[in-house]
Amino acid sequence: MKFVVCVSYVPDTASKINVSLDGKSIEQAGVTYILNPYDEFAIEEALKLKEKFGGEIDVISLGGDKNKESIQKALAMGADNGILLKDESYRDSMAIASGLAEEIKTSNADVIFFGKQSVDYDNGIIGQLTAELLGYNCVSVVTKLDITDKTVTAEREIEGGKEVITTSLPVVITAQKGLNEPRYASLKGIMAAKKKVIIEKTPSPFQSKVVIEGFTKPAPKQAGKIVGTDATAAAELVRLLKEEAKVI
Amino acid sequence: MENKILVFLEQRNGIIKRSSFEIASYAYSLSQKLNASIEAITIGNDISNLEETGNYGISKVWHYKNAQLDLYSSSAYKKIISSHIKENGNNLILFSNTSMGKDLSPLIAVISEGALAVDCTKLEIENDTVQVTRPVYAGKAFMTAELKGKVNVITIRPNTFPVTKTSETNAEIEVKNVDELDLSVKVLDVIKSDSKLDVTEADIIVSGGRGLKAPENFKLVEELSQVLGAATGASRAVVDAGWRPHGEQVGQTGKTVSPNLYIALGISGAIQHLAGMRSSKYIVAINKDKDAPIFQVADYGIVGDIFEVVPELINELKKIKGNE
Ligand SMILES: Cc1cc2nc3c(=O)[nH]c(=O)nc-3n(C[C@H](O)[C@H](O)[C@H](O)COP(=O)(O)OP(=O)(O)OC[C@H]3O[C@@H](n4cnc5c(N)ncnc54)[C@H](O)[C@@H]3O)c2cc1C
Ligand SMILES: Nc1ncnc2c1ncn2[C@@H]1O[C@H](COP(=O)(O)O)[C@@H](O)[C@H]1O
Repeated sequence: MKFVVCVSYVPDTASKINVSLDGKSIEQAGVTYILNPYDEFAIEEALKLKEKFGGEIDVISLGGDKNKESIQKALAMGADNGILLKDESYRDSMAIASGLAEEIKTSNADVIFFGKQSVDYDNGIIGQLTAELLGYNCVSVVTKLDITDKTVTAEREIEGGKEVITTSLPVVITAQKGLNEPRYASLKGIMAAKKKVIIEKTPSPFQSKVVIEGFTKPAPKQAGKIVGTDATAAAELVRLLKEEAKVI
Repeated sequence: MENKILVFLEQRNGIIKRSSFEIASYAYSLSQKLNASIEAITIGNDISNLEETGNYGISKVWHYKNAQLDLYSSSAYKKIISSHIKENGNNLILFSNTSMGKDLSPLIAVISEGALAVDCTKLEIENDTVQVTRPVYAGKAFMTAELKGKVNVITIRPNTFPVTKTSETNAEIEVKNVDELDLSVKVLDVIKSDSKLDVTEADIIVSGGRGLKAPENFKLVEELSQVLGAATGASRAVVDAGWRPHGEQVGQTGKTVSPNLYIALGISGAIQHLAGMRSSKYIVAINKDKDAPIFQVADYGIVGDIFEVVPELINELKKIKGNE
C-alpha cells in the first residue's frame, strides 16, 4: 500500500508568542520550532499500517527549507521518502491544501495522513480541504483506525463521545491523540534519515483568499483575588460566585 | 454586494444544538446593520425544536429530510449543503465550530470555491468586506484576516455569543425529502462517553489535576461537578496517567473550552493547560502552591489543600442550593 503523511513545522507549545511592533506578524526571536505534535500520531499510524500491509510512506511538507526538519524527523521514525514543496511565501490553508493535493494526486496513495491540527494557527482543516480537492473520502479527528481490504472503519471524537464511521479507500485521515503512541526514532533511524535526500519541488502558485491583516495579544487578565488560604474561605468564594460573578 | 447569509443548524438526536442558536442569534445581530437576509438549513430526520429557530431571528429554514440523515455523513451532508448554496446564491455560510462543523465546513469551502476561516470569535461585515478575528497559538494571540471568497465559509467558536430571543415568531419551514444519498462516508454508530456532560458543551466545568493524588480521589471532583451541574474535566497529567479518559482533557492537545465558570483543582496551570481554558469567563483555582501559574489567570483563588477546601465548598454550595 502507498501511504502519504503531511507534516508541518510549528512553534514549540511552550513558546512565548509576541506580536511584532507593527502588529503585522509574530516575532521569531526566541521561538523554537518542532514537528507538529499531532503529526507524530499521523506518522506512527502510517508506520503501523506499513508493518501490517507492506508498502511505502512518503512524507510531504509545504514551506521553507526549515520544514525539512519535520520531514527529517518523520524519516528518522521510519518513513521512506521525503518531499519538500518549497514555497517561502505565506499561503492560506486552502493554498497549502492545493499544493499538497497536486503532489498527492501523482502518488496513487491509499491512505493519506494529517495531524488533527497544526498548533500554530490552530485551524484543523488542511486534511479535509486536501481530501475534497482530491475527491477522496475523509475522516477527521480519528482516535482508532481499522483497515481491511478496501474497507475503512474509524472512530472520531465528537462532543460527548465518538462516532464509528465506515468508508473506503482512498481515504484521508486526520490523527487525534489517542490513535496510538508515537515511537521514538532509533539512533539507527536517525543516521539513516540523514543519508536520505529530500526531494524539492515547486508547488503551483495559488491565490490565497484569506488575507492576514494582523495580530494582537489578548488583553492581560487583571490579577485575581485570593479569597483565602484555607477551608474557611469556601463560604466567601460561594458568595462571590453568586453575587459578584453571578455564575452559579 | 448583497449578503445572503446561510446558517447551518446542527442536530444531534433530532434536536438542534444550542451552539447553532448562538450563531443564529449572532447572525441576526449582524444582519440588523447590514439589511441582509438570514436563512438556515438543517439536515436530519425528525427534528423537534425546529420552529424555535424563528425566535432567534431566522425567517426561513430548509429541512433536508431522510431517515438515514439522522446520523452524520460528511459525503451526504456536503452535497446537500453545497447544492443548496448554489441554488439559493448564499455568499456567507456560518457553522458552529463543533466537531461536525469543523469536519464539514472545509468540504463546503472547496466545493463552492470559497474562502474558509474557522473558530472565529468575531465577524465584521461591511459592504464588500468580511473580516474575521480568531485565536491562534492556543489563544496566545488573535489574528484578524479578510476573507475574499465569492462565498465565505466561517465557523464560530461555541459559547462565544449568547442565545438571544428576538421574537416569538416561528420560522417558515420548508421540508425537502432527499431520495438520493451519497453515503460513501457514513456514521454507523455513536458511542456516548461515560461522563454525562461534555466539557465543550458545559456552562460550568470542574477540572482536576495531579494534585488529586490518586484516581479514586476524583470522586471529590465529580461530587463538586454534580452540585454545580458541571462537566468534569482533567489535566493531561492525569489523562496520561490513565486516571481519566482523554475525552475529559482540557488544553492544547485536549479540548478548548470557554464556559462561564471553570474551576481548577490541583492543576498547576501549565501553558498547554491554559491554552484550552483561558477564555473561560470566570476562573477559580484551588491549589496549595501560591506561586502556581494557574493563579495568574484565576479570577478567584484559594491557596489551600483541595482535600480540605473542596468538601467545605460542596457543603456551602449545598446550603445555597437548598435555599433556592
Ligand atoms: C506538546 C504538549 C502538549 C500538552 N498538552 C496539554 C493539554 O492539552 N492539557 C494539559 O493539561 N496539559 C498539557 N500538557 C502538559 C502540561 O505541560 C503539564 O504537564 C500538565 O498540564 C500538568 O498537569 P497538572 O497541573 O495536573 O500537574 P502538575 O503540574 O503536577 O500540578 C499539580 C498541582 O497540584 C497542586 N497540588 C498538589 N497537591 C495539592 C493539594 N493537596 N491541594 C491543592 N493543590 C495541590 C500542586 O501545587 C501543583 O500546582 C502538554 C505538554 C506538552 C509538552
Ligand atoms: N505546510 C504544511 N505542509 C504539509 N502539511 C501541512 C502543512 N500545514 C499543515 N499540514 C498538515 O495539516 C494538518 C492540519 O493543519 P491545520 O489545518 O493547519 O491545522 C497538520 O497536522 C499537518 O498534518
